[in-house]
Amino acid sequence: MKNQGRFLKWFMGLFLVFLYAPAFLLPVFAFNDSSIVSFPLKGFTTKWFSVLQSTEPLHIAARNSVMIAVITAVFSTLFGVLAARASSRFKFPGRRSIMGFIMLPMVLPEIIIGVSLLVVIIQLGFELSLWSIIMGHILICTPFCIAILSSAFMNLDQNLEEASIDLGQTRWNTFRLVILPLVMPGIVASLLIAFTISLDEFIIAFFLAGTEPTLPVYIWGQLRFPQKLPSLMALGTILLIVSIALLLIADYFRRRGIRKTGIENSGGFL
Amino acid sequence: MKRVQRWLRGEGAQGLFLISPTLVFAVLLLAIPLIMVVALSFWTQDYLTLDRTFTTANYQTAWTEPMYQYLMARSLKISMFVTALTIFLAYPVAYFISFRVPPKRKAMWIFLITIPFWTSYLIRIFLWKVILGYNGVINGSLTGLGLIDQPLSFILYNQNAVVLTLAHAWVPFAILPIFVALEKVDRSLIEAAEDLGDSKLRRFLRVTLPLSMPGVIAATIIVFIPTIGDYVTPRLVGGPNGLMISNMIELQFKKANDAPLGSALAISAMAIVTFVSLIFIWLNRKYIRGPGA
Amino acid sequence: MTQPIIQLSGLDKYYGNFQALSQINLDIKTGEFFSLLGPSGCGKTTLLRAIAGFEVISAGSLHIDGASMEDVPANQRPTNMVFQSYAIFPHMSVSENVAYGLKARRLPKAEIEKRVAEAISMVGLDGFGDRASHGLSGGQRQRVALARALVLKPRVLLLDEPLSALDKKLREQMQSELRQLQRAVGITFVLVTHDQEEALTMSDRIAVMFDGEIAQVASPQELYGKPTNRQVANFIGQMNFLDAKVMGVDGDKVLVDVQSLGKLTLDLHQATGGIEGCNVVGVRPEMLTILDGSQAAEREIEAEVCEVFYYGDMTYYEVILPFTEAKITITMRNTAGRKVLGEGETARVGWSQSSLLLLK
Ligand SMILES: Nc1ncnc2c1ncn2[C@@H]1O[C@H](COP(=O)(O)OP(=O)(O)OP(=O)(O)O)[C@@H](O)[C@H]1O
Ligand SMILES: [Mg+2]
Repeated sequence: MKNQGRFLKWFMGLFLVFLYAPAFLLPVFAFNDSSIVSFPLKGFTTKWFSVLQSTEPLHIAARNSVMIAVITAVFSTLFGVLAARASSRFKFPGRRSIMGFIMLPMVLPEIIIGVSLLVVIIQLGFELSLWSIIMGHILICTPFCIAILSSAFMNLDQNLEEASIDLGQTRWNTFRLVILPLVMPGIVASLLIAFTISLDEFIIAFFLAGTEPTLPVYIWGQLRFPQKLPSLMALGTILLIVSIALLLIADYFRRRGIRKTGIENSGGFL
Repeated sequence: MKRVQRWLRGEGAQGLFLISPTLVFAVLLLAIPLIMVVALSFWTQDYLTLDRTFTTANYQTAWTEPMYQYLMARSLKISMFVTALTIFLAYPVAYFISFRVPPKRKAMWIFLITIPFWTSYLIRIFLWKVILGYNGVINGSLTGLGLIDQPLSFILYNQNAVVLTLAHAWVPFAILPIFVALEKVDRSLIEAAEDLGDSKLRRFLRVTLPLSMPGVIAATIIVFIPTIGDYVTPRLVGGPNGLMISNMIELQFKKANDAPLGSALAISAMAIVTFVSLIFIWLNRKYIRGPGA
Repeated sequence: MTQPIIQLSGLDKYYGNFQALSQINLDIKTGEFFSLLGPSGCGKTTLLRAIAGFEVISAGSLHIDGASMEDVPANQRPTNMVFQSYAIFPHMSVSENVAYGLKARRLPKAEIEKRVAEAISMVGLDGFGDRASHGLSGGQRQRVALARALVLKPRVLLLDEPLSALDKKLREQMQSELRQLQRAVGITFVLVTHDQEEALTMSDRIAVMFDGEIAQVASPQELYGKPTNRQVANFIGQMNFLDAKVMGVDGDKVLVDVQSLGKLTLDLHQATGGIEGCNVVGVRPEMLTILDGSQAAEREIEAEVCEVFYYGDMTYYEVILPFTEAKITITMRNTAGRKVLGEGETARVGWSQSSLLLLK
């Protein structure tokens, strides 16, 4: 009995070391005053962050990525709202298979999605552009948005909606005045998750990138040059902090939503 | 007429209407492209001209050429090892969070597990290279401690490195479904087993494990299928002997300019992983009766 | 009375192949307190939701105030609903909840404020207007839901088990408040409940439902005194049944052969549901007496006491009549000087022919 508890604790300890090893090294090398990323460590410096500041192509790539991520977040959340609402509120013929199909990209290797979109774009004679990446990203983000939004919609008491209709409100106003405010935390969470996934997605972006790189595509290009690595560590540190901040915001909204609708916190991030 | 009107006002019509934009999008960008890939895999390409006569030549090449056979087998092997290692790592963690952590802290623990994954995927993999490298963290500390004279070379640029790095990348995706399944296990069932005289280990093997099997299956599928499609990890930490089928697919589409063969390879890979997953699910259904199985 | 406010005829409702309502014919009068009573799953909620417009009916017609509701959506019907879960909008304050329907009607702001204040005070929630609604107690939520619906002055107020979530004491208090409120506003109330006591004490008329069908519509006294079949009789209060056989009908008299009691001549109107198919005679436990000392009754029969449940003010006896296995329940008030019989003793059971009902 005791043994098992001790085994689990040891296991967890080692697991956390394994889990956090890369994330822990990231800031270590970002502030390390050496142009090669390896031990032993030299002095402390912030120069790699200033290098980032003056790297023009990085800024362009970052701008592209943010634009893609914003558009992806908006559209995949929009598609997610429609699908989550439809599947949680209405019974319709073929619901399970339709939802299964829409959720498919969650288990499909990204390379398959990248390849198939590439084939279509080339066969139909379109140019590769940031838009092709956006399409791919919306496709893979929508299932995640649906997963988050479904729980928001399912937590909604259907009687609230009927009460609104019963009190004489139109369907649209019911959606605007009752449903939307109550699922808003889910929508915010969905926007942030889609944004984060898109911002970091590489495989599809690499397949579909035309002449304009996204941030991960740019990073991939830089990984070949050892002298660029320390500044990439600085970049990774910034991305880590930004993502965690976004996730904390998302979780804050989710909790607020739970408090508002008075539903017990069932725990569990995502 | 009336029946049509009633149907249009009913749930079915409204649900279909609502889901249609998402569905149309998925059909246009998922179904049609996948169908086109299938079609392409039966055609041939010579530089930039596409020959649209039906042929199974690409599949013959994909399934008979030793290099592709070899790559496919290796990818499958790596994916299986990754899945096994991931589940092995994930299950105790999910169990710990579900059974040992007080309910209020569970959300925080799950968050803790996911934090390291919110930095750039590429940089994360690259850092494994730093950890496992010739002058890396592990070799550095082991030589520093005087445990070894020569840096270990079997830890980077081979399949072990690929397996380890991929397992690290996928472990949270395995923890979540297993955790959810464990949370659903009715605690009174375990008490009942205890009451009936089962030892702690037997209780786990006879009650907890079978009941959490749906989560393990979900985790397996979530990890196993997508890992076959990764080409970043093999490229960064795999060295020449660690490359996987996806690197070949990428090569066919980009440098070699043979999209039909690339398509055939991609579809073959998909078919194989799907087939293996189905066998896995089937075996589970047969030998372990989880809820609803 | 004039024309009924709600008229249902031949109404059917199917969920797929499952028939939730079948051939509902019902008139509800203007201004009455009407209850739908029945066991769980009998279709009460479904019927109420069909009236409100949330369920599309499969066949038949529904008229409110003489107008067909066929193509009238829920938000245009002159009905309002109090939901079982109350469905108070959690992101709005009490007064915002109450004002919700008035705002939908685009009334002037001043009028909305005036009517909201009136409604809040009518349900006894003065001073609660600015309270956030998610912190309210069950009773307060109930009042908000009532105010929110009544402020719109609907023609009909529909209530789906509005009291079932409250504890016993509060429930009884709300029962009388609801009844008073209904008298005060004069609006037709249609209440769904599975609690027969609640239905009997509050309603002007009650419809008893079983398995998607209406079994009987009547006033509380009539329902209790003259149930039209065995199922209704058993659901409303308690009744003893004895097998009976109709021997013949002669004018307004019926000759029946009743188990243990022998051949009797009853009035035809004692067959409350019609003489066709009658095969039992029913009698309420309180219509039987255990005769004490020299007490006499119209008819009497000896029976063996087999079980005694003593409740202080009342004693419940279970006795076995001669020539049967059937147990009969008798309830007796423990008045002064009355002796409580013990098990195994022989009791003289007094009964009267007029308290019997002939049922199927
Ligand atoms: N949307 C639905 N789809 C399928 N069947 C339904 C649906 N709604 C209700 N039913 C079925 O119709 C029958 C009547 O349900 P209803 O909710 O009207 O019962 P009720 O009399 O209100 O019961 P309760 O007292 O438990 O609330 C039940 O058997 C129920 O399972
Ligand atoms: Mg009901």
